[in-house]
Amino acid sequence: MSSLQFDIAHLLAGSLVLASFMMLYQDRLYALLNVYALHAGVLALSVGWQAYVQQAPHLYITALIALVFKAIIIPVALHRIIKRLGIHREIENVIGIGLTMMAGIGLVALSMVVMLRVTPGADALAREDLAFALSVVLLGLLIMVTRRNAVSQVVGFMSLENGLVLAATGAKGMPLVVEISVAFSVLIAFIVIGIFLFRIRERFDSVDVQALDRFRGERR
Amino acid sequence: MNELRDILSQGAQMSLVLGLAPLLTGFVRKVKARLLRRRGPPLLQPYRDLIRLMRKDVVLADNASWLFRVIPYLIFAGTWVAASLVPTFGNGLLFSWTADLIAITALLGSARFFQALAGMDVGTAFGGIGSSREVMIASLAEPAMLITAFSVAMIAGSTQLPTVAEFMGSDAVGLRVSLGMAFVALTIVALAENARIPIDNPATHLELTMVHEAMVLEYSGRHLALIDLSSQLKLLLYVSLIACVFLPWGTATADASVAWLALGALVYLGKLTVLGFLLAVFETAIAKMRVFRIPEFLGAALMLALLATLLRFVSGSL
Amino acid sequence: MIAVALWSVAALLALAPAGIVLSTRPRGSIILYSGCLIATSTLCVTALSGLLYPPQPAPSAILPIGLPWLGAHFRLDALSAFFLVVVNLGGVAASLFALGYGRHEDSPGRVLPFYPAYLAAMNVVVLANDAFSFLVAWEFMSLTSWAMVVSHHRDPENVRAGYVYILMASFGTLALLLAFGLLASSTGYDFDAIRASHPSAALAGTVVILVLLGAGSKAGLVPLHAWLPLAHPAAPSHVSALMSGVMTKVAVYGFVRIVFDLVPEPVWWWSMVVLLVGGPTATLGVLYALMQRDIKRVLAYSTIENIGIIFTGLGLALAFKAEGLDWVAALAFTAAMLHVFNHALFKSLLFFGAGAVLGATGERDMEKLGGLIHRMPKTAFAMLVGCVAISALPPFNGFVSEWLTFQAILLSPQLPSWGLKLVIPAVGGLLALAAAFAAACFVKLYGISFLGRPRSDVAASAHETDRFSLTAMFALAAFCLIAGILPGLFIDALAPVSKDMVGNIMPHQVGLQWLTIVPIAESRSSYNGLLVFLFAALCGTTAASAIHRLASDRLRRAPAWDCGYPDADPAIQYSASSFSQPIRRVFGSVIFGAREIGEMPPPSSPLPARLQVELHDLIWDGLYAPIAKAIGFATERINILQFFSIRRYLTLVFVALVVLLLVVAL
Repeated sequence: MSSLQFDIAHLLAGSLVLASFMMLYQDRLYALLNVYALHAGVLALSVGWQAYVQQAPHLYITALIALVFKAIIIPVALHRIIKRLGIHREIENVIGIGLTMMAGIGLVALSMVVMLRVTPGADALAREDLAFALSVVLLGLLIMVTRRNAVSQVVGFMSLENGLVLAATGAKGMPLVVEISVAFSVLIAFIVIGIFLFRIRERFDSVDVQALDRFRGERR
Repeated sequence: MNELRDILSQGAQMSLVLGLAPLLTGFVRKVKARLLRRRGPPLLQPYRDLIRLMRKDVVLADNASWLFRVIPYLIFAGTWVAASLVPTFGNGLLFSWTADLIAITALLGSARFFQALAGMDVGTAFGGIGSSREVMIASLAEPAMLITAFSVAMIAGSTQLPTVAEFMGSDAVGLRVSLGMAFVALTIVALAENARIPIDNPATHLELTMVHEAMVLEYSGRHLALIDLSSQLKLLLYVSLIACVFLPWGTATADASVAWLALGALVYLGKLTVLGFLLAVFETAIAKMRVFRIPEFLGAALMLALLATLLRFVSGSL
Repeated sequence: MIAVALWSVAALLALAPAGIVLSTRPRGSIILYSGCLIATSTLCVTALSGLLYPPQPAPSAILPIGLPWLGAHFRLDALSAFFLVVVNLGGVAASLFALGYGRHEDSPGRVLPFYPAYLAAMNVVVLANDAFSFLVAWEFMSLTSWAMVVSHHRDPENVRAGYVYILMASFGTLALLLAFGLLASSTGYDFDAIRASHPSAALAGTVVILVLLGAGSKAGLVPLHAWLPLAHPAAPSHVSALMSGVMTKVAVYGFVRIVFDLVPEPVWWWSMVVLLVGGPTATLGVLYALMQRDIKRVLAYSTIENIGIIFTGLGLALAFKAEGLDWVAALAFTAAMLHVFNHALFKSLLFFGAGAVLGATGERDMEKLGGLIHRMPKTAFAMLVGCVAISALPPFNGFVSEWLTFQAILLSPQLPSWGLKLVIPAVGGLLALAAAFAAACFVKLYGISFLGRPRSDVAASAHETDRFSLTAMFALAAFCLIAGILPGLFIDALAPVSKDMVGNIMPHQVGLQWLTIVPIAESRSSYNGLLVFLFAALCGTTAASAIHRLASDRLRRAPAWDCGYPDADPAIQYSASSFSQPIRRVFGSVIFGAREIGEMPPPSSPLPARLQVELHDLIWDGLYAPIAKAIGFATERINILQFFSIRRYLTLVFVALVVLLLVVAL
């Protein structure tokens, strides 16, 4: 692989981290969904580029799945769900946006240090790509942990999964079967969560996690 | 002979930035108007405005001090010196070793310091609004700019702008993640420092929505002309900075012949046109943020710049 | 050379009891301050020659005072010479200022005897070459400054400030005592003997932590800073200038002397600790400063910020020295020392200005001032120079030391330690934030106090200060400009200090084209203060003359834009807390728990509305208050010992005797 190809792969991985940061920054639900679509689009581009560079045609299918399902179908479906349920469209943060972003930077630093220490023998650029993938996973977890809105927690979970896909493609050779099963499991999880959101909304008229906790009997 | 050509080249650069600054502002205004389906003011209108203002009397508030009268010249001097040190059509600036990127940022900081003082001088509430908001924006924009300068300097191995520009134009650089993040951060900082939408509206007349305009509310005549010219110079400075660091192709190198310099000038004008157009489109497409959303926006720029620097520290190839 | 220095110190000590007598005479203060002026000038000149032409080997002296088997050792090497220059330059300026300002003092008997003793003590700390003289002089320095802090004892705030000060000073001396005790355990108190010894790594590490606690609390590192904003404003203004500008630097001297000189090979984690303390100190100090409305308190918190910057530079120097990169260590160390010098200059200048304002109006509260640029034009000009210099703006000196520190940070990726690779960019970000906040803070200070319209009658009727004060202020302002325009001279003067402490020096600066400074290499970075200044001056004057000649130079006065409400009260101007409101809302809500509580009366009620701003000092509430409570709790319990009956006391004695006998038996 020439250094320009390496650099483009790196740049795409870095853009995925940047998209995760953009998701941390959003405070409106529709904007979050749009950024998630962008996230999935960048993932598709990154996987497609890896397919071209590694000459692994099955990765093109992975990229297509990412593009069609995660960048188009899922955001549109979530859009519809939000409209139908009439979910409150502003995302409440547990801690302010500034502190959340600082925590994000700390997590990126942590994942860089961990990856660069844990894999001393491997190729330098592969290690950095893995570090970026771990950062995306950790940032997805951060989104889930610092948001009060259930839909944004779902989006965080899905961006976490994107990070795992990035790690898998970077590691040169994840068989297609595993990839399809991972993608379908995400779909199932999404459908289940969607159904649950409907039921929760029916019973309690709200999907605000804090309000739901009150019904659980735990005072905050 | 070489020295003479270098001195002429530096002098040409200084006059070029002074002459082009109102043209860039006029161009941006024209494009914005066209995008809104208006005809817009003529392209050369800022020049006419400056000449008109310079000929008018200065009307000073009753308790404006000597500092109020001197500050426009201080702001203009600082901004013009800083703008002369950013490579435009060629990298061979004679006096570029007097101030590097950090010093240029600090010179602009001096200008902003005095601007904020001018807002406080007359003793009305409007100046206070402008100054207090301006220092809040500066308290985040200036560190973001400095840290972006750090990350660029760590990639290029120097803080001198012509060296950085030469390095970026050469083959050694490749596509780096840190550069991408630094580019986004620098764009956000440039929008904040030049008081553009979404941070501040340069065309507003409502005092409560003003930041920069509120500080210069009491200025008139030649003082206002100098301050307007300084703002235009600052916009040109930031556009040239983005062009020379992130779009370095086509700039003449330090020892180029006159033909290459002329080509460099043409390429530079092209870059100005493109970036000015993009600025106008962006300003038309987005709405102004409310004041306390600005720190989050600038905080994001600061975090991006910090991330870029961190990546450079942790790994040399990023 | 050292004999001259010691005789001048003796002269200062002799002036101290003379001060008791002179305080009752009408012109006594002038005589005393003139005496101090002469003594400190002599010391300054001696120290300067010791710095620029350092004699090899360093002159030293042993006096037969102090501990009988030790004597008092003194030594004037390059580091001592530099800090003597700093101390005595501050002393000269303060004595000159006090020639005029001292006339305002209403209880001179509480200040005059202690002032020369304070100057003498600081000089002895810097000259001392053994632990005993160092500690005695250190404690004497604390005591004399405490006496001057509580000199206006009728104000309960000052008494409280003095109480906190003496507590923290005792804590600091205790830490230093422990540090010296550990160092001297095998070698005795003499510094030369300590230098030659080789303590173990664990011992050296403990000593560094103790010195950081001891010297750091005197310098004002967070979280040991709590006394500084209380004590520095309480003292008379020339003493405040000395405490902020000079005594904090003596604390830095103590740190440098022990960590760079007495303890050998540094280890990387020392620099990590210093950086982790220095970076947040810088940012927190200036954030605190932004929330204040008392001018002197703003300046005290700003001292904390600058000490943070100095310790960041020292931490970087330690990190590079530990890795053997001593040419970069020289850069970081020179940057820190240059900032020591610069800060002494502009902080003294700012405190003198605050003293002038206090003398002219009787007010330290910014919200009662305003418009002083019209009433006190010369003081206002000098203060403007000070404010621009401390905000690290070219072409003044604050920018040069900040620039050099940033260049050192840019060279840090070479360090191999992972911890440092993560901490240094964060500390760089904190320094950049601190610089931006400092500019905001001093725009607020100058804009609210000197610009605008007077907010009270005392501000409207202020008058200019006397010639001595103005001379001192203008001299310091001129120094600020010179150090900013010709920084190469000062960097070269610091070369012997850097050679002694880190083993290498920065490249020779004087002689470079047009007096540029090049910290590492020409291709990497360079800065020319002189040319920047000349360019800017040329552009400004050209523009002014061209416009005046070709366009128009007419001017007329009119009322300010009032939006339709004529004759507005000066109270509608921005006040200090309204100026810092945006920053308070963005940063203060997290760091200070800042809350704004507004009470609006119902419509058609003639009652006024109230806006209350609530700030919590989290460090005081989290660290000091619980410790104070714990100590109070413990002492209440122990206090029962006071009220025993005779039988109980006898029981105690009996039990202690039995225990001792048991110990002997076993």
